[in-house]
Amino acid sequence: MTDELDPRPEDLKQRVWESIQRDELPPRDDRGRMRVVMNNLVLHLHPSKVAKPTLKFTYTWGLGGLSLLLVALLAATGVMLMFVYTPSPATAYQDMLRLQTEVWFGQLIRNLHHWSGNLLVIVAFLHLLRVFFTGGFRAPREFNWILGVGLLLLVVGANFTGYLLPWDQLAYWAVTVGSSLLSYIPLIGEALRNFLLGGPEVGAATLTNFYGLHVAILPLTLMAIVSFHIWRVRKDTLTIPHTLDGKVDGAEGGQIEKVTTLPHLVSREMVFALVMTGVILLWSVWVNAPLEAAANPDHSPNPAKAAWYFMGLQELLLHFHPLFGAIIIPGLGLGALILLPYQRFDLSAEGVWFRSKKGRQMAVVGMITAMIAVPAFVVLDEYVLDLPGMLPSLPTLISNGWLPLAALLLLLIGYYDGIKRLFKASACETRQSVFVLLVTSFIVLTIIGVAFRGEGMALMLPWEVL
Amino acid sequence: MTENTLSRRDFLNIAWGAAGALALVETGGVVLSFFSPRVVEGEFGGVIDAGAADTFAVGSVTPFTQGRFYLVRMPDGGFLALYRKCTHLGCVVPWNPAEGRFVCPCHASAFEIDGQVINPPAPRPLDRFAVTIVDGIVRVDTGTPIQRDRTSPDDLVYAEVAP
Repeated sequence: MTDELDPRPEDLKQRVWESIQRDELPPRDDRGRMRVVMNNLVLHLHPSKVAKPTLKFTYTWGLGGLSLLLVALLAATGVMLMFVYTPSPATAYQDMLRLQTEVWFGQLIRNLHHWSGNLLVIVAFLHLLRVFFTGGFRAPREFNWILGVGLLLLVVGANFTGYLLPWDQLAYWAVTVGSSLLSYIPLIGEALRNFLLGGPEVGAATLTNFYGLHVAILPLTLMAIVSFHIWRVRKDTLTIPHTLDGKVDGAEGGQIEKVTTLPHLVSREMVFALVMTGVILLWSVWVNAPLEAAANPDHSPNPAKAAWYFMGLQELLLHFHPLFGAIIIPGLGLGALILLPYQRFDLSAEGVWFRSKKGRQMAVVGMITAMIAVPAFVVLDEYVLDLPGMLPSLPTLISNGWLPLAALLLLLIGYYDGIKRLFKASACETRQSVFVLLVTSFIVLTIIGVAFRGEGMALMLPWEVL
Repeated sequence: MTENTLSRRDFLNIAWGAAGALALVETGGVVLSFFSPRVVEGEFGGVIDAGAADTFAVGSVTPFTQGRFYLVRMPDGGFLALYRKCTHLGCVVPWNPAEGRFVCPCHASAFEIDGQVINPPAPRPLDRFAVTIVDGIVRVDTGTPIQRDRTSPDDLVYAEVAP
């Protein structure tokens, strides 16, 4: 035994604080700043230093961070809602009414949860587009792109399961229509739908199933994969932004400066998170989440629509045999999305918005083509073209499935070839143009489904729909 | 005798792998059966007592809200239980007595009294439930909707005519 003194300070408050926060705050030098990032549970998801050019806001638009903020808001408000909600057809709708009229700030918390959830679908999708258009999926980031696609699917799944919980007419029939899409998967579709719904129809079992998925399974999976996703960003680092002439954007003399994450990145994140929290809060104060009449399984509303992010699919279903509209075409799209980072990529296009000058022009061509062609095809199919009627001897699987799909694929190949020859675009620029064409098509279909489909799903103008 | 090429290490690896795969399949089976839907007799999903056969007029369509089906008595006296769910995307199809057909409010599919598709997008006739008539009482098994590609006279069930 030596009577050497404990080197830690004598003041109890000081000792408690140092047991929690080991490093000096605020740190005095770069070494200290890096140490704080490394030793902090949350901050260590970041690298200790980042390339200065990647901090530019108009490069990432903070979309990944905003997604994470929304997930945090959703978790916080979602847990609160769990305390005032029982997932049973007898009580669910009553709980919603009570939440909105009797629970202090109940309406506000519900609004926050509802709008954050819907915004998350949009923000996650925009994040995917941002990464694609800046070439942020290239090696070594391919697998992180796939994780991202998985996260997008989880977000949609979480949103869809949450959609049912208010148990109003909107919820009931959107989930009926949405889950019916599943039953068109060959062989296992019907069984899968019944398993998910806990029976052939949306009912008490569906509500319990969706509740379990919504509050436990999907969020836990989401958080696990999100951590993995962010850790990969840290390991793979961000793509360095470049200007059109191939120079590093925001670096003097071509030398990429590295700055400490604290405070350069963290302070930017904090500012953006605060601003966005404010915006969402304001929006939720002013705009209430919709709640219709209590669910009535005996009466379908007219029109019965799926959740808005499925309306593109529902629109496809009006034009194709269900196997094609609900399974084959979306399946092809998803497959292409997953394989996308493994395409051969032009190295000089990395970090350049829309690849190059010509890439930008070709992207606009793709967008305009889709904005003209898709409404034209929809109107044509609605009023003029009746393939099953014109070819009555063929099964509708061929006349309204294989045939139009083959025609569309041929048109797409023609478009690819046309862009390449006419505008002498590189393979990389042409593929981007096709991507823009397809994404715009999906968005246009969604808008048509949401705003231009009224009673009996007939085409009409937006002010007649509402 | 040929040399046995399977080393002890390989054998153990395969044995462990097989045991692990078996355990996974078993766990999967437990999870699947745990979450499989449960059915209660007398409610939807069970066998429902629709009443005496002779109380249903010929050519009538009677909705059973609890059982979620229409009991159709065809003009020739045959019985047919039609699941009220549209075969397109699952909306409830109401019977329209004025037009003598089922018309779906969601996507405008229309069906004949026997479930036959008059108007797409519905891809197949309305599903039916098995009907049994014992001692003049009509019973409908709502456990499994029966899908069909086309309607058929074999779908109809007749009450035994009293001598």
